[in-house]
Amino acid sequence: MPNVTEFVSEYGGLLAQGTVDTLAMLFVSTALAYVLGIAIGVVLYVTSPTGLRPMPAFNAVLGWIVNMTRSIPFIILLVALMPFTRAIVHTTIGVVGVTPPLVVSAAPFVARMIEQSLAEVPRDAIEAAEACGASIPRIVRSALLPEALPSIVRGVSITLISVLGYTAIAGAVGAGGLGDIAIRYGYYRYEDEVMVVTVILLVVLVQVIQSTCDVIANRIDHRK
Amino acid sequence: MISLQNITKVYDGSDVPALDGVSIDIPDGDIFGIIGISGAGKSTLVRCINLLERPTSGHVIVDGTDVTDLTGAELRAYRRRVAMIFQGFGLLAQKTALDNVCFPFLASNGRVTADDRAKASELLARVGLADKADSYPAQLSGGQQQRVAIARALACDPEYILCDEATSALDPASTQQILDLLRQINEETGTTILVITHSMDVVERICKNVTVLVHGKVVEQGPVEQVFADPQDETTKALLGRVSWNA
Ligand SMILES: Nc1ncnc2c1ncn2[C@@H]1O[C@H](COP(=O)(O)OP(=O)(O)OP(=O)(O)O)[C@@H](O)[C@H]1O
Ligand SMILES: [Mg+2]
Repeated sequence: MPNVTEFVSEYGGLLAQGTVDTLAMLFVSTALAYVLGIAIGVVLYVTSPTGLRPMPAFNAVLGWIVNMTRSIPFIILLVALMPFTRAIVHTTIGVVGVTPPLVVSAAPFVARMIEQSLAEVPRDAIEAAEACGASIPRIVRSALLPEALPSIVRGVSITLISVLGYTAIAGAVGAGGLGDIAIRYGYYRYEDEVMVVTVILLVVLVQVIQSTCDVIANRIDHRK
Repeated sequence: MISLQNITKVYDGSDVPALDGVSIDIPDGDIFGIIGISGAGKSTLVRCINLLERPTSGHVIVDGTDVTDLTGAELRAYRRRVAMIFQGFGLLAQKTALDNVCFPFLASNGRVTADDRAKASELLARVGLADKADSYPAQLSGGQQQRVAIARALACDPEYILCDEATSALDPASTQQILDLLRQINEETGTTILVITHSMDVVERICKNVTVLVHGKVVEQGPVEQVFADPQDETTKALLGRVSWNA
């Protein structure tokens, strides 16, 4: 196995750093996207025409903004947001520089998934909470979100996997990570082994994310 | 006393009223039945009482106070006086029986104290489910879930309990258990109970007074024995099985 040893000594450090960068981008931006996305998703649900506090005009405007953002391809958003990104994190490259566009891109996606998960909560359980005299923030915090949690966790795997795709695209503009390596070595230098290994790492990552979320979702779900 | 005065409800996008000038006085301490076929407006009526639905016109007067336009904290305080039990139980699937019963405490005080939990345990024992405190709704039968819902309804010491088809999803044995439980609660605490149903059998078994609702209108009202002995309206007769529906 001299080839393997050689490969590891030459590219091992690079691939390890790439994996760490990818994971950092992935988890930091997804976490921030959830902070924003949960807030927007809850507001979309609560203000919908059949929601707890219907505000049709506001809901329509917010929904339209969410759809707008979702319809911009990530690579274009990345470039368009550069002035904004520079203003808030003082760089547009590396893991830090790519986090703002990743968050802006993922948050509306998360918002729609949260809205969807909340809509799946049976209506009469929420009405029962309302009939107990619970305020809307209380219903959201103590009834809606806990009831929707297994579905939200299943959504997390979908979000993580699409953000993982975005991080690879971000690699093309110098964000670092596995996507960056695949493009630099595989595309520009024709070092196929490196590209194959990055792809394998990405595949493994997707599998691990999916299985972990499934296991957690099933464990916390009490509707058997 | 709950007094409904000329309640009309027209849902958005509908031209037939779901309720059409309904006036009912529900005496304190009563077990009061509202019966009608599917679509008669029964659910709409109870939902107007606890203001899950706002009447299009008319007034809901409780102990002399008009509650129809209450909002915010006043509305929530009013809702705590009026508990509700649903056909589909309305339990939170991700909470244990005990936590479901504790929910009203959370709703009113923002937290659940040790005393609250002790009271919730007592209520579960009261409905015969002391050993199910840590079970989740999915692990309970329909009748047991409805008893958890009754324990939850009792948590705030309500003055009124509204039951919307509380036994419609249950088998005869569970139905009997739930009806017995409601009657005991009424006798022991004097809580006024409003029973919405499409079953004359349920009315006969626990109600003192009954109102018959047809197409959103009250067509007959009175003590159960009187209505049963001498029904005036065709729908009442049909519900009683005295005439066939096609008659
Ligand atoms: N949210 C709503 N929007 C529009 N129409 C509604 C709504 N809820 C009920 N309705 C209509 O109002 C009428 C009365 O409905 P309601 O649910 O009060 O009847 P019900 O007597 O409870 O019937 P069931 O025995 O089937 O529960 C029906 O014609 C129904 O279609
Ligand atoms: Mg109904």
